[in-house]
Amino acid sequence: MLTVFLAVLRRDLLLSWRGRADLLVTLAFFVIVVCLFPFGVGAETNQLRAIAPGVLWVAALLASLLSLHRLFAQDHADGTLEQLLLSSEPAVSWVAGKVVAYWLTTGLPLVVAAPGLALLFDVEQGALPVLTFSLALGTPILALLGAVGAALTLGVRGGGMLLALLILPLYVPVLIFGAGAVEAWLGGTGATAHLLLLGGGLAGALALAPWACAAALRIAME
Amino acid sequence: MLAVSELACLKGDRLLFRGLSFSLEPGELLRVAGPNGVGKTSLLRLLAGLTQPEAGEVRWHGTPLARAREDFHRGLLYLGHAAALNDLLTPLENLRFACAAAGDEAEETACVRALERIGLAAQLDLPARVLSQGQRRRVGLARLFLSAARPLWILDEPFTALDVNAVADLAATLSAHCEAGGAVMLTTHQEAPFARAPRVLDLGGRAC
Amino acid sequence: MTNERMTNPDNPPGRSPTSWLRFAAPQQFYPLAGRLAPWFACTAAVLTVVGLYIGFFVAPTDFQQGEVYRVIFIHVPAAWMSMFIYLVMAFWAAVGLVMNTRLSFIMSQALAPTGAMFCFVALWTGALWGKPTWGTYWVWDARLTSQLLLLFLYFGFIALTRAIEDPRRADRAGAIIALVGAVNVPIIYFSVQWWNTLHQGASVSLTKAPSMASTMLAGMLLMSIAAWMYSIAVALWRVRALILERERHTEWVGEVLEAEGRAR
Repeated sequence: MLTVFLAVLRRDLLLSWRGRADLLVTLAFFVIVVCLFPFGVGAETNQLRAIAPGVLWVAALLASLLSLHRLFAQDHADGTLEQLLLSSEPAVSWVAGKVVAYWLTTGLPLVVAAPGLALLFDVEQGALPVLTFSLALGTPILALLGAVGAALTLGVRGGGMLLALLILPLYVPVLIFGAGAVEAWLGGTGATAHLLLLGGGLAGALALAPWACAAALRIAME
Repeated sequence: MLAVSELACLKGDRLLFRGLSFSLEPGELLRVAGPNGVGKTSLLRLLAGLTQPEAGEVRWHGTPLARAREDFHRGLLYLGHAAALNDLLTPLENLRFACAAAGDEAEETACVRALERIGLAAQLDLPARVLSQGQRRRVGLARLFLSAARPLWILDEPFTALDVNAVADLAATLSAHCEAGGAVMLTTHQEAPFARAPRVLDLGGRAC
Repeated sequence: MTNERMTNPDNPPGRSPTSWLRFAAPQQFYPLAGRLAPWFACTAAVLTVVGLYIGFFVAPTDFQQGEVYRVIFIHVPAAWMSMFIYLVMAFWAAVGLVMNTRLSFIMSQALAPTGAMFCFVALWTGALWGKPTWGTYWVWDARLTSQLLLLFLYFGFIALTRAIEDPRRADRAGAIIALVGAVNVPIIYFSVQWWNTLHQGASVSLTKAPSMASTMLAGMLLMSIAAWMYSIAVALWRVRALILERERHTEWVGEVLEAEGRAR
């Protein structure tokens, strides 16, 4: 079980490395979306400081949606998915491998870049670890839920838009607790409760999403 | 080994076949024949467990597929239309991944030997996107040499895009697998020099 | 070969199940649904008339909100119904996945548009109610917001099942998203509530209905039952249409259509 997980993880990371220009697109999208907000709402520092956690979180959420529809598309087209489904190992192991690889290549860069962008919004420095931590807990949930959506819309016409419609309402709790964690810290109430809830959400998503995703992929191959 | 009873397959609105019953015993080579669109690929996908039948049942050593899934997939090698190659990886990387994903232990040296044997010694380190159609097909077929432990081979059009020598070589490999007690089920539009004439299951001849 | 009619695999000839489970076969359910639907529709119509009469003419005027409050006779049943239908939808989806019965999937797909409609009605009447009472059409109140997200969940389900052409795949994919949604509905509701209390404090609340008059309660109850009956009737009719569409190549649908053509 672990061998399949590692084999898929290693291969997907290798593939991302060989097509690394694609990874920069996600990161660049994140940076650009965040930088658009001051143009829209004005550069008044207090206001920017107030909206910063929400802006960073919404941008991270959209950026993680950007390449989601490609998660299984290539493997679906070239027949690899067929072979994976015929593996004698449980489907959950390789689904987990793919999602972890996806998060490492698209989610982790956002987590790393977010504190730097927060400085553009003049966020208090003490809040930066909370922001990073909330993203580190939250973006894997986004990837796990997104993988289910990507599997459901695999090969469906208009799949990319449909995926957004399916998944974005489910992202709302993550957004609430993620952005809420930073705001709670800034408000002086402490972010522990939010972060614990995010952690609980991550545990729940880890337990359920790979199964749902594997079932959806089986259905998609019929 | 594999027993099929009263199988029906529906594709979209179209009923491809129904009431299909046959069995496959060790040592047998079964060729599924029939014109295009008669449901050959659908039958193979169904037997591999990728799709569910509309009606009927497939049994693996007497157990229905739904309950023997893991055991069945451990004993099955299915090579479909698509070669399952990623364009950014080399043939060697593709082959090693295919084996690992299927749950097989595959040493690098064994993979290299398999690729050399199928005639890709010079292409080991090229990305798959520069390979020709025939070469891509061969990368997939190289798994045959590493899957002797899997008794049931289901192959969809394995001879497509291969040259004469490769066809003869592949036919010999399949015959040898049957000799050794395995079973092979395949579709092909080509005549191939098998050691023993294969049994034919003609889907086109069945009224449905 | 394509014109060849096939027998229904759910109901193979020579085997006739006698229990009530036989209605799980679309062929058996089709006439049953046709017989039942008008009754539910009539009950719904009668109850709506009575409920609205009580609500609009009998129930006393609210001493705080005046006549405006009467929108609750539509708003509250619609909101209840929209949430309840989603759960029923998820229930049928789960039954379909476990028992592999096509009728269950058809049922959950037939319910979705009605649920979305009630959801929309609840939002619409909520906005109309909000304008005179809160002075604005929309507040990011926890209930309104979760209702909005529920509407999006309905849209997602409907869009997904419509976008997939193969009915079998559409059924199962829809069932999975319905279940994922059902797991998420409480989480969404809870998180929105949490977010709301943080942002707004204790602002407007709909629960502060001081001592509801018994006629109000009766009107609301009647309207809720009417909404139930309406949903059942509409779902049954939609199930019939879906069954005909799905099974249009089978013998029995041909016979049904011929018979209906002759009757006309």
